[in-house]
Amino acid sequence: MASTGILIETENGAVKETSLGVMTAAADQEIIALVTDTDPAGLKDKLAEYGAAKIVKLTAAGKDVSASPDLAARALAAVVEKYGLTALLGTASTTGKDLFARLAAIMDQPMVSDCVALDIQAKTAKKSHFSGKTFATLKVDAAVFLATVRPNAIEAKASAGAGEIEAFSADVTDPGLVTIKEVKKGDAGKIDLTEAPVIITGGRAIKAAENYKMLEDCAAKMGAAVGASRAAVDAGYAPHSMQVGQTGKTVSPKLYIACGVSGAVQHFAGMKTSKVIVAINEDKDAPIFAKCDYGIVGDIFDVVPVLTEKL
Amino acid sequence: MKICVCVKHVPDTAATIKIDGETGFKDSEIKFVVNPYDEYGVEEAVKLKEKNGGEVVIVTVGKPEAAATIRSALAMGADRAILVTTDSQFLDASLTAKALRSAMEKDGLPDLIFTGKGSVDTESFQTQYRLAHSLGIPVVNEVSTLSVDGKKAVAELEVGGGDKQVIEMGLPCVIGATKGLNEPRYPKFPDIMKAKKKKIDEMTLADLGLDASAQGVTLEKLEPVPERTGAKMIEGSVEEQVTELIRILKQDEKVL
Repeated sequence: MASTGILIETENGAVKETSLGVMTAAADQEIIALVTDTDPAGLKDKLAEYGAAKIVKLTAAGKDVSASPDLAARALAAVVEKYGLTALLGTASTTGKDLFARLAAIMDQPMVSDCVALDIQAKTAKKSHFSGKTFATLKVDAAVFLATVRPNAIEAKASAGAGEIEAFSADVTDPGLVTIKEVKKGDAGKIDLTEAPVIITGGRAIKAAENYKMLEDCAAKMGAAVGASRAAVDAGYAPHSMQVGQTGKTVSPKLYIACGVSGAVQHFAGMKTSKVIVAINEDKDAPIFAKCDYGIVGDIFDVVPVLTEKL
Repeated sequence: MKICVCVKHVPDTAATIKIDGETGFKDSEIKFVVNPYDEYGVEEAVKLKEKNGGEVVIVTVGKPEAAATIRSALAMGADRAILVTTDSQFLDASLTAKALRSAMEKDGLPDLIFTGKGSVDTESFQTQYRLAHSLGIPVVNEVSTLSVDGKKAVAELEVGGGDKQVIEMGLPCVIGATKGLNEPRYPKFPDIMKAKKKKIDEMTLADLGLDASAQGVTLEKLEPVPERTGAKMIEGSVEEQVTELIRILKQDEKVL
């Protein structure tokens, strides 16, 4: 059977839920889970449960590959060769998108970024074109099918695998083109927007930066991340790192709750593929109500605290 | 310093995309613009030129109609442009990168290259990496803060969860620009008039020795993303509305 490599992302020593979804996309293949940043022993049960035949701890000449993105990409290219992979998939997270683009350039192979569905056998992938307005089905003509999958787009389903652990030290070196000088830590413990299973977003109606506290309290009850609309970011209520939509982040959570967001096309571009969209807005004619699943007409400062209390 | 900015000619993000056949769309009915992320690249290049002198060259691979989009970038202060013409909006990233590289080599390689972090039409997020790799130079994407001196560039980019990386690299390099890098200017009327006289060198893929049939990615189908037809409105007092919403999300939708 053909082997597919899956680059596993972890958080606090555990496999991210989004990576399990990527494994599910390759359920009809022999799965080789690639771990770069964590001791694989602690991930074994979970990865085997979701179909990993092998779990490979990947290093570059015995060292951590994350020292440079070019080094990590070269190590991945070496894995493809070593295991004769016919496909290699990752998560379309910030780092995953960057890494796979570097990998595709090094291997000089086509790569499809941010897929919502894919068929490894047929080498086809479905992804957004025109800012979430259309889906494109792309056919890839390549020896190795490279793709990243939009976080939460494919629901993780268990499917048992042997989960044998081995190590592979790729014989690669960093070309030394870029140097990471510093990592500036954001707020610790914050759930990454692009990967969050639930997102609650505040729009212009939030009125002030400090009012995001109300959404954070609600988010904490749901394990959600907090987002902002462009209008709120431009008004200075929230940093750009929280912006959802065109010129911000593209997200695809199970549940998206928009609070005081009017619903511009550019906002939908970033959250349209969410499974369920709920809008809370004072204006019953707000465009968002025409394109979401459930709506509540009301002042967010009345509705959200009650929601937080009842959750 | 010579700076090249790669600009893509894309449908306005507010435009309605009407699908035409299996893989086409009615592009004659909609407005095209400079890819929004590329605007941050143009602005940064022009600011560097205003500070240090030099030249800003726009490089575009696109349909002949892209000339109008290029004029908008020239009105922002770029000096001249190169347009590599194709007959498709959907040239794959590998071929686009080859065309950009060949055009730049023909013109004389720059000291710095800007792109947007991605294009809003095909959203493939990789052309800049392929361009940099083929030139053997560094690339960093999603750059929101940048400083450039004669020999090196220091870029800051978000890496997820609010964390930021500070990356240093030598010149020449490729910078993928995103929001936060600057506020792109709105060209004034005299700038728009001046841009009409600026030079656009046109060439075809074949002129650069490239073949449009050699593509690794083919578009098989383009279809509209299903639109929601309107919300189910939840009525009652705030208490009742919230109780019903939580019930729906837990029991019917199973997302909580």
